[in-house]
Amino acid sequence: MIAEIGQFVVILALITAIFQGTVPMLGAGQGSQPMMGFASNAALVQFVALTIAFICLTVGYVTSDFSILNVASNSHSLKPMLYKVSGVWGNHEGSLLLWAWILALFGLAVALFGRNLPDTLKARVLAVQGLIGVGFLMFILFTSNPFERLDPVPLDGNGLNPLLQDPGLAFHPPFLYLGYVGLSVTFSFAIAALIEGRVDPAWARWVRPWTLAAWGFLTIGIALGSWWAYYELGWGGWWFWDPVENASFMPWLAATALLHSAIVVEKRDALKNWTILLAIIAFSLSLLGTFLVRSGVLNSVHAFATDPARGVFILIFLIVVIGGSLLLYGIRAPMMKGGGLFAPISREGALVLNNLLLSTATATILLGTLYPIFLDAFTGAKVSVGPPFFEATFLPLAIPLIIVMAFGPFMPWKRADLAGILARLKFALFLALLFVGIIMWWHFETPVMALVGMGLFGWLLFGSFFEWADRIKLFRGPLSKSWKRMIQLPRSAHGMTVAHIGVALVILGITASEAWQSEHLGVMTPGETVTVGGYEFRFDGVETLAGPNYEADRGTFLASRNGSSGVFLYPEQRRYTDPPMETTEAAIRPMLSADLYVVVGEGDGQGGYAVRIYHKPFVSWIWIGSLVMFMGGLLSLSDRRLRLGAPRGARNQTPRTPEMSEAKG
Amino acid sequence: MSRKKRRLYFVLAGMTVLALAAALVLTSFQDSLVFFRSPTDLVDQPMPAGRNFRLGGLVEEGSLVKQGVQVSFRVTDLNETVPVTFEGLLPDLFREGQGVVTEGAFNEDGMFIASNVLAKHDENYMPPEVAEAIKKSGQWKPETDN
Repeated sequence: MIAEIGQFVVILALITAIFQGTVPMLGAGQGSQPMMGFASNAALVQFVALTIAFICLTVGYVTSDFSILNVASNSHSLKPMLYKVSGVWGNHEGSLLLWAWILALFGLAVALFGRNLPDTLKARVLAVQGLIGVGFLMFILFTSNPFERLDPVPLDGNGLNPLLQDPGLAFHPPFLYLGYVGLSVTFSFAIAALIEGRVDPAWARWVRPWTLAAWGFLTIGIALGSWWAYYELGWGGWWFWDPVENASFMPWLAATALLHSAIVVEKRDALKNWTILLAIIAFSLSLLGTFLVRSGVLNSVHAFATDPARGVFILIFLIVVIGGSLLLYGIRAPMMKGGGLFAPISREGALVLNNLLLSTATATILLGTLYPIFLDAFTGAKVSVGPPFFEATFLPLAIPLIIVMAFGPFMPWKRADLAGILARLKFALFLALLFVGIIMWWHFETPVMALVGMGLFGWLLFGSFFEWADRIKLFRGPLSKSWKRMIQLPRSAHGMTVAHIGVALVILGITASEAWQSEHLGVMTPGETVTVGGYEFRFDGVETLAGPNYEADRGTFLASRNGSSGVFLYPEQRRYTDPPMETTEAAIRPMLSADLYVVVGEGDGQGGYAVRIYHKPFVSWIWIGSLVMFMGGLLSLSDRRLRLGAPRGARNQTPRTPEMSEAKG
Repeated sequence: MSRKKRRLYFVLAGMTVLALAAALVLTSFQDSLVFFRSPTDLVDQPMPAGRNFRLGGLVEEGSLVKQGVQVSFRVTDLNETVPVTFEGLLPDLFREGQGVVTEGAFNEDGMFIASNVLAKHDENYMPPEVAEAIKKSGQWKPETDN
């Protein structure tokens, strides 16, 4: 029964989406209030329908209803409850239902929070959301139905891949999808603006919160994914430039660019066409990412689907969405007039450079990711593009980007004085160089890239801090005055500083963990000790334990430094029964200064075990920094001016207090 | 500054960045393209020693020898075989008789030194390159089709 209800409400959602995609669009053209007003009601119906569908599938998983094919192929009665629930989206069909549900959620959010949007714009935005929904719901119903029945009903399910039975991974897809789908709102705004033929600062103010939210969710989603790879795969790496990772990184880069170009539209009424194009590109990359990952074109843990019908549908859908929106852009964009003038050395100029570097980096990653697929399709040759390519192309573009990141916020709009800014940044430059000097003094043979990385870390950290301090005139007057200025500073300004410092912390984590990692690989017998990265590791042996749905060989290690009492580490080799599979569970002791990372392998039959031990300095800062970036996004999102219910007609009133005009958002 | 002049500046900046990116792509592309070869492919298209590539096929039954963290095995497509050595912990799903992809290079003695043995994520998963290589070698049996 539950599957039939689910099936029915998905069909209902599709019919609603078809009307949502057409009626308000026509209504906006004719100026018909009832037809435009229909959009919000349709968004609500779609959301309720898909919520019921999602609940139905979840009930199927929770009650282990193996008469549903999707549940039988991906779940198992003995699986822990958390993974029964996360199993709902741990497979192709369920993950698409999650996508569609989040799309409906965002549609509803636009309907609710967009009360003060102009009626035609709101109707058109919701109509485009509806059309995207039509595509996804058709894909679900015709090629990937999660509610398909299975007859005869099996006694038990196939289980979920144990690698996916993990708390980090349970929440990785929802966050990533919140990001991907959040970009659909920006896309819908861009398409609606193209249809209206008008982009103004008010438009940018409506678009920015959505971009910010999507960007924040993508940041967390990517960070969770890399964190999972780090501790679950047991290779000690956290980023492999795998096509699947690139598929989420490209929309993030595009969203980052969009976030910055929308500021120029909002503040200076310039870069409009480019911002529209970026919005289209960012969502296209999200779609491409979703489908690259789900279509089975790429080999990975994510590739569930290998059905040719799906591939064809995906290809057509991508061509319609990307091709159609670019065509519309080509026709309508030339009509839009550019806005305020500015000199190359200015806030706008810095943001243009940011956009140039980010989009070029996106393009090189896209090339490296798609090249093997095209080469295979056209010549049959099998190649892969490895990390050296991405490192060689991405890093040279990222370095100038980070240098400019510290400059940009100091620059005033329209025209800036580079020498003056350098004078204000000289202290940051001095501290960054001092930092590099200390590292060279401490460890002379440090690789050049590590010195560059640490220099950039110092430059960005201190540069961002001094910009913030400069703005509140810290130490240049009584502290109470600075405090007052700090309170009055727009939250988006604080958010920018926090997010930029987050980037600096990520750079610290990457550089230090790459440059100063120590490693031990070898056979150890119980009682033996080795020293890695200043820590002494004592191996106490391996015992066999039973888990809820697996059996584990658990090793015991005692890590201590300078004779301290130390900490115990318990790496495991697990043997799952359903599906039969072995996994390696690394034991990790995360600390602010370094992570201790131990993996135990198979025994050699003579009491020895293959063991791999890493000491990874500062590696946790990669994820702390990502979290800080996310917090910066949240802070910026809470800005009064960006709050979703900003006063109507803000563009006419321009309520600029002195603080506001000083705001560099 | 006039609109035209401003546009010129931005076009120039854009071209510079794009030219930089193109140069980076071209210089690094050749070196970082990693080709896939099956043991049979290597007969027709041998790989020079030291050149990095991916070798894929089945792990030959009975060929796996472990001495601590030193591992050696043979990769076969049921026509030709290539001996491989690897230092490290093998991925969880490494099995004799199952598909494997290894990345590395030949040494001077014709031994393939793997720097990386790629993990499969699923018991029933056969890397498509490997499946195709075995089909090409004419040894494909339907029961290995999973």
